[in-house]
Amino acid sequence: MAYSDKVVDHYNNPRNVGTLDKSSAEVGTGLVGAPECGDVMRLQIRVNPETQVIEEAKFKTFGCGSAIASSSLATEWIKGRKVEEALTIKNTDIVKELSLPPVKIHCSVLAEDAIRAAIGDWKKKNGVAETEQAAVSAN
Amino acid sequence: MSTVGSQIEVPAGVSLPIYMDNHATSPMDPRVLEAMMPFFTQKFGNAASRNHSFGWEAEQAVETAREQIAKLIGATAKEIIFTSGATESNNLAIKGIAEMYRERGNHIITQVTEHKAVLDTCKRLEKYGYRVTYLPVKADGLIDLEDLKRAIDDKTILVTIMAANNEIGVLQPIREIGKICHEKGVLFHSDAVQAVGKVPVNVIADNIDVLSLTAHKIYGPKGVGALYVRRRNPRVQIAAQIDGGGHERGMRSGTLNVPGIVGLGKACEIAMNEMENEAAYLRGLRDRLKAKLESELDYVHVNGSWEHRLPGNLNMSFVYVEGESLLMGINDVAVSSGSACTSATLEPSYVLKALGLGDDVAHSSIRFGLGRFNTQAEVDYVAAKVIDIVKHLRELSPLYEMVKEGIDLTKIEWQAH
Repeated sequence: MAYSDKVVDHYNNPRNVGTLDKSSAEVGTGLVGAPECGDVMRLQIRVNPETQVIEEAKFKTFGCGSAIASSSLATEWIKGRKVEEALTIKNTDIVKELSLPPVKIHCSVLAEDAIRAAIGDWKKKNGVAETEQAAVSAN
Repeated sequence: MSTVGSQIEVPAGVSLPIYMDNHATSPMDPRVLEAMMPFFTQKFGNAASRNHSFGWEAEQAVETAREQIAKLIGATAKEIIFTSGATESNNLAIKGIAEMYRERGNHIITQVTEHKAVLDTCKRLEKYGYRVTYLPVKADGLIDLEDLKRAIDDKTILVTIMAANNEIGVLQPIREIGKICHEKGVLFHSDAVQAVGKVPVNVIADNIDVLSLTAHKIYGPKGVGALYVRRRNPRVQIAAQIDGGGHERGMRSGTLNVPGIVGLGKACEIAMNEMENEAAYLRGLRDRLKAKLESELDYVHVNGSWEHRLPGNLNMSFVYVEGESLLMGINDVAVSSGSACTSATLEPSYVLKALGLGDDVAHSSIRFGLGRFNTQAEVDYVAAKVIDIVKHLRELSPLYEMVKEGIDLTKIEWQAH
């Protein structure tokens, strides 16, 4: 399979690889996928409680080059964004940016799931209900 | 832009990319090409032309090749039928026997890690009212002979079991299988594509009635293969699957591919003379590769029996690293993977799954297929490169981190997708 230059770049120089302290209240962790499916992504965020800005994002991925690139790109995109803004990232944006072929679309879906899972975990830890998000943002 | 693994030095005498996928196909030996060359433009006759020297010359070359092939497998020249390759040989053997022996029975026995050319042929016969038993394999990839004995019944006409597996290189106990078949009066066909020319195969000693082989796995040309069909004890009859001019004793019509056949013959002759030394050489390279990988990496293991294995095969799983991402990192080395992502179906290798390996281990597998033209310097480069990339990818692997922390991955509720 031929990979796009951007996928190759993320594979060779993955951004934001690492691990955050998952016990910290400021950290949300998303672990998606399954080993038997051939891809597992762990995406973590550290959110500033004052500003709701994702100040740090880290990932580790077991998967093909496209899965690694999708999660690497996801950390790049969510870093510096507010939580609610990060939730607007769609898998199709990732597909477009990395020029993923149809058989690799599931990698982008997994990356979107990982973002949502990490944010969901952070919200749960901080008692932020999904539906009350608008009110919280207004605070 | 720094590239992973780019700091690995390429040894003198090694040119990239390196071909280490000799189970898929092999480069043609220059000696084979040399033997073939006159048969394209000068000696271009039709081997079936009986009334001029062009035809006689072609026929003579074909008969020489028949002798060369027969000699390699312990057969006689008259028992060799030329085909377009092993897929056709397997189809002809299985369908031809099924059709010819229909009145005697409708039961065929095979096993789960056969090549698709055998499995899909058997599946088609099931649609036509044949009954097929697919024997399981043990964790080492070999069938249990007791399973075979139990599976044979009074309707069984054919047992078809490969000599060597194309993915994990394991050697089935064909001699014992053939013995059981002959005791029970059942025909034995073996797809010996990966074994012929690599390990000794003798149709008499191994009790084989019908055998498929192909040229391009033994440093010959693509598009030509052969089927051995036993003529005595027992005399095997095969119903033709391609009708026409009645070539090849009526079993396979079609003008013979004379240059290809000459190439196949020459490839068999070379294998006959060099197999013993070559096997020792390849075993040395293969063991060196394995030793280097195992000394630098944890969580690696060999898939399939180590003892009963082709000399040039190393199939290894690099657990917690996904196969396609590993191939991407070693893109100047041609190998293949059992990972789902590298297959058209997005399913991991059915061969590895048949060994009872979890899908996660199958996804992590790489098949190294060493061949006649690989060198020790190439092995050293490939080992260094694989070690480097596996370490890089494990830095990225959440699974490796979790295992290192003592987390039991089987206790986690994964979200399959």
